[in-house]
Amino acid sequence: MTKVITDVICPFCGTLCDDVEVTVSDDGKKLLEVANACVIGTEKFLHSQSSDRVTKPRLRQEDGSWKEISYEEAADYTAKLLAKAKKPLMYGWSSTNCEAQSVGNEIAEIAKACCDNTAAVCHGTTLIAVQDIGLPSCTLGEVKNRADRVIFWGCNPAHAHPRHMSRYSIFPRGFFTGKGQMSRKIVVVDPRCTDTAKMADVHLQIEQGRDYELLDALRVALKGEWLPDVVAGIPAEKIREVADILKSGRFGIIFFGMGVTQSLSKNHNIDAAIALTKDLNEYTKYSIMPMRGHYNVTGSGEVFAWQFGFPYSVDLTRGFARYNPGDSSSIDLLLRGEVDAMFTIGSDPGAHFPISAVKQIAKVDSVCIDPHLTPTSGVSKLHVPVAFNGVETGGNCYRMDNVPIDCRKVVEPPVGMLTDLDFLTMVCTKLKKLKGVA
Amino acid sequence: MSEFIIKNGHVFDPVQGIKGDKKDICIKDGKIVDKVGSSAKVIDAKDKTVMAGAVEIHAHVAGPKVNLGRIYRPEDKLFSCTPTKGMERMGSGASIPTTFKTGYEYAKMGFAVAMEAAMPPLFSRHVHEEIRDTPIIDEGAFPVFGNNWFVLEYLKNHEIENTAAYCAWLLNVTKGYAIKVVNPGGTEAWGWGLNCLTVNDPVPYFDITPAEIVKGLIEANEYLGLPHSMHIHPNNLGNPGCYETTLDTMKLAEGIKAKNKFGREQVLHLTHTQFHSYGGTNWGDFESKAKEVTDYVNKNKNITIDTGNVTLDETTTMTADGPFEHHLTGLNHLKWANVDVELETAAGVVPYIYSPSISVCAIQWAIGLEIALMMKDPMRCYITTDHPNAGPFTRYPRVYKWLMSEKARKQQIESFKHKDKVLSQTAIGTLDREISLYELAQMTRAGPAKSLGLAAMCGGLKPGMDADVAIYNINPDKPVANPDDIEKAFSRCAAFFKSGVQVVNNGEIVSNGNKRTLWVNVKAKENPQVARDINEKFIKYYSMTQANYEALGHHFVPNPYAIEVDATN
Amino acid sequence: MANSISINLISGRTIQQGVAIESGKEKPSYRTACGIIEMDASDLKKLGAWKNTNVKVTTDYGSVIVKAIEATQGPHPGVAFIPMGPWANSVVSNNTYSTGMPTFKGTPAKVEVAINEPVLLGIELVQRQCGVKVG
Repeated sequence: MTKVITDVICPFCGTLCDDVEVTVSDDGKKLLEVANACVIGTEKFLHSQSSDRVTKPRLRQEDGSWKEISYEEAADYTAKLLAKAKKPLMYGWSSTNCEAQSVGNEIAEIAKACCDNTAAVCHGTTLIAVQDIGLPSCTLGEVKNRADRVIFWGCNPAHAHPRHMSRYSIFPRGFFTGKGQMSRKIVVVDPRCTDTAKMADVHLQIEQGRDYELLDALRVALKGEWLPDVVAGIPAEKIREVADILKSGRFGIIFFGMGVTQSLSKNHNIDAAIALTKDLNEYTKYSIMPMRGHYNVTGSGEVFAWQFGFPYSVDLTRGFARYNPGDSSSIDLLLRGEVDAMFTIGSDPGAHFPISAVKQIAKVDSVCIDPHLTPTSGVSKLHVPVAFNGVETGGNCYRMDNVPIDCRKVVEPPVGMLTDLDFLTMVCTKLKKLKGVA
Repeated sequence: MSEFIIKNGHVFDPVQGIKGDKKDICIKDGKIVDKVGSSAKVIDAKDKTVMAGAVEIHAHVAGPKVNLGRIYRPEDKLFSCTPTKGMERMGSGASIPTTFKTGYEYAKMGFAVAMEAAMPPLFSRHVHEEIRDTPIIDEGAFPVFGNNWFVLEYLKNHEIENTAAYCAWLLNVTKGYAIKVVNPGGTEAWGWGLNCLTVNDPVPYFDITPAEIVKGLIEANEYLGLPHSMHIHPNNLGNPGCYETTLDTMKLAEGIKAKNKFGREQVLHLTHTQFHSYGGTNWGDFESKAKEVTDYVNKNKNITIDTGNVTLDETTTMTADGPFEHHLTGLNHLKWANVDVELETAAGVVPYIYSPSISVCAIQWAIGLEIALMMKDPMRCYITTDHPNAGPFTRYPRVYKWLMSEKARKQQIESFKHKDKVLSQTAIGTLDREISLYELAQMTRAGPAKSLGLAAMCGGLKPGMDADVAIYNINPDKPVANPDDIEKAFSRCAAFFKSGVQVVNNGEIVSNGNKRTLWVNVKAKENPQVARDINEKFIKYYSMTQANYEALGHHFVPNPYAIEVDATN
Repeated sequence: MANSISINLISGRTIQQGVAIESGKEKPSYRTACGIIEMDASDLKKLGAWKNTNVKVTTDYGSVIVKAIEATQGPHPGVAFIPMGPWANSVVSNNTYSTGMPTFKGTPAKVEVAINEPVLLGIELVQRQCGVKVG
């Protein structure tokens, strides 16, 4: 016999779909089928069942081979690593739940570490811009119920947030948007003709890296002022046409992603996009929302903020919280060779940091807490596999619009495997003892 | 458990009518008792003031807009960081302290309970996570109802029973404490960039007026018999001339009697009254209408208020009055954050500098104090700063100083750049009343506790009540040499007991205590229609499933304290 | 036909990349999804590279062998796309300009035919560059 668990939250991306249905065996040990999730979410749930999972912590030996050790020994190793280090970096946090993030914070405070999350390589520059100019935003249900103008700028939800358009932004029939897709005009700004652009009423195929100019030009066009013939590869008439489309809506939303956070102008791009949103609020109602990547990077930012005061790149090395992107941020810390111990959890910097930063990780003593085999585990000294959060253990997570949803446990982890929270709690206890803290 | 006896202190307890008499206070097993054994630990409170733990009736300390303020204001942390020290976690933030710091700062001032003033129901899990991470003090949170689609639709047809059923359901699933209303109707209008500035402006599409919303929610609140009354932030906040909207709002409570088993006598609590007591037509002729507003409240005894005092600091404004915040950024051009919440509410955040050199700010300062000084019944007027909107809660001792010392007020007035305007546009120069310690205890302990329906539990030192006892370094027998001594005494208590555990000693945290989350568990009649409507709206309009909306597991509220309400008859 | 061409390199997510990382980055499917460079047909022609053959991508920050495929979300002449992952990160700009964020989008790159050079598996690619001994 099997049973179907409903209202399951998918732990992959910031869309945080919560309508997934998972079929499990009666004894709760086997996950059999997944319904309603996109192909990536489905793979996440199903892969948790694969027989080739690493189930025990393992320590790298001199000759490069792995030796299995117990969780107890792994926690000892980790606590000692953190206690000894002068400037440990505790990075990641985005693929685990808020309860684990909170214990992680406690560890970081005792260890006097730098702690950071994947916003460092994702929406960190958004946070910098928000700290300069603010953020007019809304929840995704407002988009579903009210939005008649939807702009995707430098993001490709068809690939990165596959169910976003059907759950919130293009197709749903909401309270004031009963005609679904027909209620909305879609504008996509992207240097490529992406699969998302194929759904647009207007695709502005912008010259890569010139978003700041185009955003500024739209602000100018809104005011009806002079424009050069072409800005960022887009003709002025087209810019004015789009400005009119934006202005004529009654509720608009700008979704944006890596195209603007990671290209050269970085936080300045986002600043300009938010300024455009503010300008549009002089004529009608507009909001702007970052397409957060990992399913709980937002949560990590929230927990860092309410406990330490800053959303990422937090430096606790002096016994109180400091924040200075460029100085306290992970990539820069690594490139300057300041990190003498690396603790990675719920992320994969080995795959997603520039290789020069990864080389620094490989040089120092390190722990990687991850159910998967990854480039990070491949260059770390200790690899601690844990239960999949959102599949084998529950816990609170925050969606891209900051809405908190409590993930569910749908299936048992492999026998003997701990969760992040279990392991971190062990580490915390041991570290407190090492540091003589109550 | 532990026994304590606090000896020789001057006790101020409005619950028992004790006005400074030297009295021993006995603590056993977390409660105030008549007497304790000889092995009880003796705390000497000679020449000190002893009061019950204070009760914060309205502050923004936990939740999405509070955290948005923290995230987008790294500058709020400059010079306000405290390091890890002993059992104290590190802290930071001047106007928006981190959660650990929030708990410590309240405890160090002798506060036992704090109510988070506005919880967007969709975000209840976030509010409770922050409450859980705020040590020592008991907390509760008020879900917002005044722009909620269910409420707007039911009250359009004056369906009080359905409204009450929905309110009961929402309080239960969010573990909320009271019915909070912010800018009724106007924040739904803000979903389209619009607003409702009078009680008669209809809400776009829903076609209901703020007056109908307010009246309906008062009735629903009394129908259920909740511990607290409907708690309202009226329309038109902060605009010159807004006092008329305030009077119109309060008039909606006329003739309605409180119905509850908790000793609550009011049916409407008007919050941060200072922001709602403005006259004039623009910032040039801006003037105080504190007298008009307090005259009304003095006469109408089914209303309680809190002040919303301006403290003349740089701070951060944050409110569910989304359109107001957009208006404010238009005035001061400081960074603006906004979040519209589907089917429910919105929030806005804008930094603000209440500079003593600006006449408007100085007048606002005066209005907040006028309100407290003109209110005749201290049991119906509570001291707040609408933290952090009019100032950080850590400034309460400064507000107490201004209220208790005419000399301190005069000093402040003399220092204003536009002193003449302050004196001409307000009556602050004519008020010589000085709040006494007993009145202070009414305005910060017994009064708010009673208004919240918690009179049996806290706000006083009667045997049987929770042993929340604060001892301050202020000797009522000695005249105050320097008003700053008042501020100093109330900033750091000599000792503070929370639920019978000593948590503060000489201004330092010595225990994290065992904080509770206070919430109201309403047992209401089954209402299949409302249940169906809830079901339907989740399927069609919310972006989250109903089951996930209702999920509020133990890890969010590890130490709940439910106030049971039986509304089944 | 040229020995090498210059393109503007960007990196980002794809559905295949998402599925591959959840299947396991040690598997060949990760290389299939991310050890590729999507190039506009006109750029492939300019380079003289056959579709689905290996090329060497070089920037100021490093070099990597990946399989050149025709753009799936084109046309975008002059712009080439390597899905996010260790192959892309072997060559993207690590310069954060003091923002903390590397410049993952918009690195000038040189592409040359490297038809006989192998594309490494993901974890191996990183381990080799980091000099990690694998037992």
